[in-house]
Amino acid sequence: MIPYLAKRLLTGLLTLLAASIIVFSVLEVLPGDPARIMLGMNASPEALAALRMEMGIDQPVLARYLDWVAGLATGDFGRSYTYSTPVIDLIAERVAVSLPLALLALALSTLIALPVGVYAASRRGTLSDTLTMGLAQVGVAIPNFWFAMLLVYVFAVGLRLVPAGGFPGWDQGILQGLAALLLPAVSLALPQAAILARVTRSAMLEVLGEDYIRTARAKGLPRRAVLWRHALRNALIPVLTIMGLQFAFLLAGTIIIENVFYLPGLGRLVFQAISQRDLIVVEGVVMLLVATVIAVNMLVDVCYAIADPRLRTAR
Amino acid sequence: MKKLAAFLGATAVVAAMSSAAYAARTDLVLGVVLEPPHLDPTAGAAAAIDEIVYANVFEGLTRIGQNGEVQPALAESWEISDDGKSYTFKLREGVTFHDGTSFEAEDVKFTLERAMADDSTNAQKVLFSAIESVEAVDPATLKVTLDHPQGSFLYNMGWGDAVVVAPETADGNKEKPVGTGPFKFENWAKGSSVTIVKNPDYWGEPVALDKAEFRFIPDAAAAIPALLSGDVHAFPMFPADAVTQVQGDPRFEVVIGATEGETILATNNGKEPFNDLKVRQAIAHALNRDEIIMGASNGFGVPIGSHFSPANEAYVDLTGTYPYDVEKAKALLAEAGYPDGFSGTLKLPPPAYARQGGEVVASQLREIGIDLEIVPVEWAQWLEQVFTNKDYDLTIVSHTEPNDINIYARDDYYFNYDNDAFDAVIEELDRVSDPDKRNELYAKAQRIIAEDAVNGFMFQLPKTGVWDAKLEGMWENMPIQANDLTGVRWAE
Amino acid sequence: MSLDPVFIAGPERHILRQALSNRSFLIGLAIVALVAAMAIVSFVWTPHDITRLQVSDRMQGLSLAYPFGTDHLGRDILSMIMIGARNSIAVAILAVGIGIGLGVPLGCWAAARGGWLDEAVMRVNDLVFAFPALLSAVMITAIFGPSAINAIIAIGIFNVPVFARVARAGALAIWPREYVLAARASGKGRFLITVEHILPNIASVLLVQGTIQFALGILAEAGLSYLGLGAQPPMPSWGRMLFDAQTRMVVAPHLALFPGLAIVVTVLGLNLLGDGLRDVLDPRVRRQR
Repeated sequence: MIPYLAKRLLTGLLTLLAASIIVFSVLEVLPGDPARIMLGMNASPEALAALRMEMGIDQPVLARYLDWVAGLATGDFGRSYTYSTPVIDLIAERVAVSLPLALLALALSTLIALPVGVYAASRRGTLSDTLTMGLAQVGVAIPNFWFAMLLVYVFAVGLRLVPAGGFPGWDQGILQGLAALLLPAVSLALPQAAILARVTRSAMLEVLGEDYIRTARAKGLPRRAVLWRHALRNALIPVLTIMGLQFAFLLAGTIIIENVFYLPGLGRLVFQAISQRDLIVVEGVVMLLVATVIAVNMLVDVCYAIADPRLRTAR
Repeated sequence: MKKLAAFLGATAVVAAMSSAAYAARTDLVLGVVLEPPHLDPTAGAAAAIDEIVYANVFEGLTRIGQNGEVQPALAESWEISDDGKSYTFKLREGVTFHDGTSFEAEDVKFTLERAMADDSTNAQKVLFSAIESVEAVDPATLKVTLDHPQGSFLYNMGWGDAVVVAPETADGNKEKPVGTGPFKFENWAKGSSVTIVKNPDYWGEPVALDKAEFRFIPDAAAAIPALLSGDVHAFPMFPADAVTQVQGDPRFEVVIGATEGETILATNNGKEPFNDLKVRQAIAHALNRDEIIMGASNGFGVPIGSHFSPANEAYVDLTGTYPYDVEKAKALLAEAGYPDGFSGTLKLPPPAYARQGGEVVASQLREIGIDLEIVPVEWAQWLEQVFTNKDYDLTIVSHTEPNDINIYARDDYYFNYDNDAFDAVIEELDRVSDPDKRNELYAKAQRIIAEDAVNGFMFQLPKTGVWDAKLEGMWENMPIQANDLTGVRWAE
Repeated sequence: MSLDPVFIAGPERHILRQALSNRSFLIGLAIVALVAAMAIVSFVWTPHDITRLQVSDRMQGLSLAYPFGTDHLGRDILSMIMIGARNSIAVAILAVGIGIGLGVPLGCWAAARGGWLDEAVMRVNDLVFAFPALLSAVMITAIFGPSAINAIIAIGIFNVPVFARVARAGALAIWPREYVLAARASGKGRFLITVEHILPNIASVLLVQGTIQFALGILAEAGLSYLGLGAQPPMPSWGRMLFDAQTRMVVAPHLALFPGLAIVVTVLGLNLLGDGLRDVLDPRVRRQR
């Protein structure tokens, strides 16, 4: 297992390096001068040149790339052009919103999907199976931002139960923070739950057809115990894979939902930074997300090994 | 199900508690569209900076009042020499910056010289271009000498770009602004909000609010639920399209005022076929301002016929210069040699007035055979392609700087417009300070560009303010880009 | 992933009968056909001309003249949804086309050659997968300017590794089969074998995957154009219609209702069709039912 992990770690690092080249060169061709954006229409050429020098964007490309990568390696993401604060601080502020949101959404999605999936599998072919899976099909098809719009109008504007958007900051209290993240998390979780429920159901069906389940049933174990303790545990592998993918998606893919709820998360940071040509911020966030995806994939692989001892010995 | 009910109950209690504090409010949450890149108005053009700090955190020698008038601020009074070249300001005494240091003439001298310096990053350096020298006569007296008389000098000193900063803190103002205003900067939650609190040591009349939060809500769609749910109390610039949704709701007050934003179909006068006056006249005749205003800003906004604010006393109504007349427009186009029209591009920056107005304009010009491809651009691209490189045919933009008709006299400006007679008028304006004479010159300038149909003059951008009905003292108009909270209070 | 390509070998009439008795397939097919028909009709006829704005008729409710009402510029919502269908379908199809056109050859090539090439293709795949898709699509459209074409490219790029992976897995399962080995022994080249034996055998898997990616493409296009990065006016798009509707939801909820439903129904139809196809074409799933 150790050599396997080492190999994974190495390829992960190489992928990161390749990603850094792609990200840097792609953003290099982005039209628009950050200095011009900061100073606006009537800025004088001298003021522009002065600011460009201050921001360090008058250096040659290669020097800037090497500088940046060397910084990344030591945890220094550079300074934001527009905010003139360290990028890492900006990212940390946003992660404090995006990460809890992603975790909350993942938790909600799992809490809905696993019982529904197991239930539908245990009632295969019945009306309730058809109905829940039909609903799941609809859930998969709903664009989450549309669902979010509807939720806002019902629960925030109509019933005034939760804030319509914005984020008060965790220093205002955990409850307030969670209340602000509730609707965004629900709108993110629903389509994910629909997907996860379908995956859970088919994974369960596959497992339920296996011999040892039939044996367990034949030995007289109660149906519930077989379903939850034996079958679900073995069905977890595909479910975990999807959950890993979903977590990465939730961390990075919330950009639209963040716009709907004007949450100060990572997605909006990138969106805003792109339009202000604050490239160093964009680069930093994208690299962080890429690293997260790679790490999550490795973690999922490790979880495989734990969930299924057969895989552990096989490797 | 029971758990869900209990949970909903709990959130309802939280909601009830937060509204219980309503009676004796001294806090305010204000929704603004854009987050500023930093908070130093003397080092950036972004209107979003002034919209937070102007008059609240920073003050200048003079300030612009609610109706665009020049008022004394840190300068209590001033004397102008007979030749109009020397200004002696009497400064207020007993004023301190938020860091406790005292405000003196040396600070103003530092401020002005910093803005004029070669390496200055002040975005409006032209405001200070007439200054020859600045002298701190004594701590409370400042003498500014100009190299030529400048009618707008006192007005210029009221701009956000000319606010007074202290030498000790000037470099840190981007992150932690230190001024002399009635509010102190408290906190900036990046991406979310800026909070300012009452300055207990303010030299002037203390403000009624203890705390004000500027919350950034870039999306029109998010603004509505934020207002309706009570999260945000006031939007100085509520999305025009959304105003209909809150009109008639007794909880809110809707105030449609004026901005200094002339919204124009900017035209590349240096490029074929737009260099032909007849083509520009044809475009002017083809524009139906009422429909444009309806589509671009929900029917709010005053039609204009030149580049001048209807709120200004020197304004002349020139909307009749080239009235809406499709047949006439087609005829002019044929005369110009384009009987079947032509095609071009229409570059649209992000604001709703441009994107939606652009669709209407494109549809109207299609009626006379001009086929426009709509190209949406971000501000970054707009600044580079349109403004800097002049690589465009037509674009829609609102020029929100006050009194900016002089841009038509600038060499190499993105309109590519050149008219010596107009330049002469602007040059004369710069030297004349007699109000009647100035108004006359302004009228002349307005007529020249209207008749030349330099751009399609569409409408004055409205200030669609929406706020809690119990809130008093919000500005109705926007003569400068600012949200002056000094007079804002909650009704008992 | 274990794929069983034998199912193609069954008589085709059998598959057709299977399909006609599969509920998912039939409902999905009906919905997709309806949306496609709507898009095709919109080329020759729509209830109203949406390029000529009637601003005076703005924000109308449902009526005989305007079955779904009008938007903020007085355009007929039904006509916009019809033409919007064209846009959604075109973007999604072309994005899937990019994915298949580049991904399948890559995947087959990797499977045929094996070794370092296989490894390289798969590592590049991982690299693309590691990028957050939507965020990257936003970056791409920001760089090249928002337009339908750039939305297609942005979505298409992320389809490439999906198809490469599916094609490679499918091909790898077929290469060791006896008839392939026989063909190799008779001196056939890898390219010819891929065309003659591999591709026909993985076609059905690709078809199912294509349907799924098609549905995802419609959702992605809606998301991008909601952010203003998709097709540009005067071409209507469902996502932008939703964006425009958002500021007017209190007074005119129907503006948000119909484009949203159009997306849901279309994606639902495609997913049902994909499910049905898989049931019909993949006996492994069929056995479970």
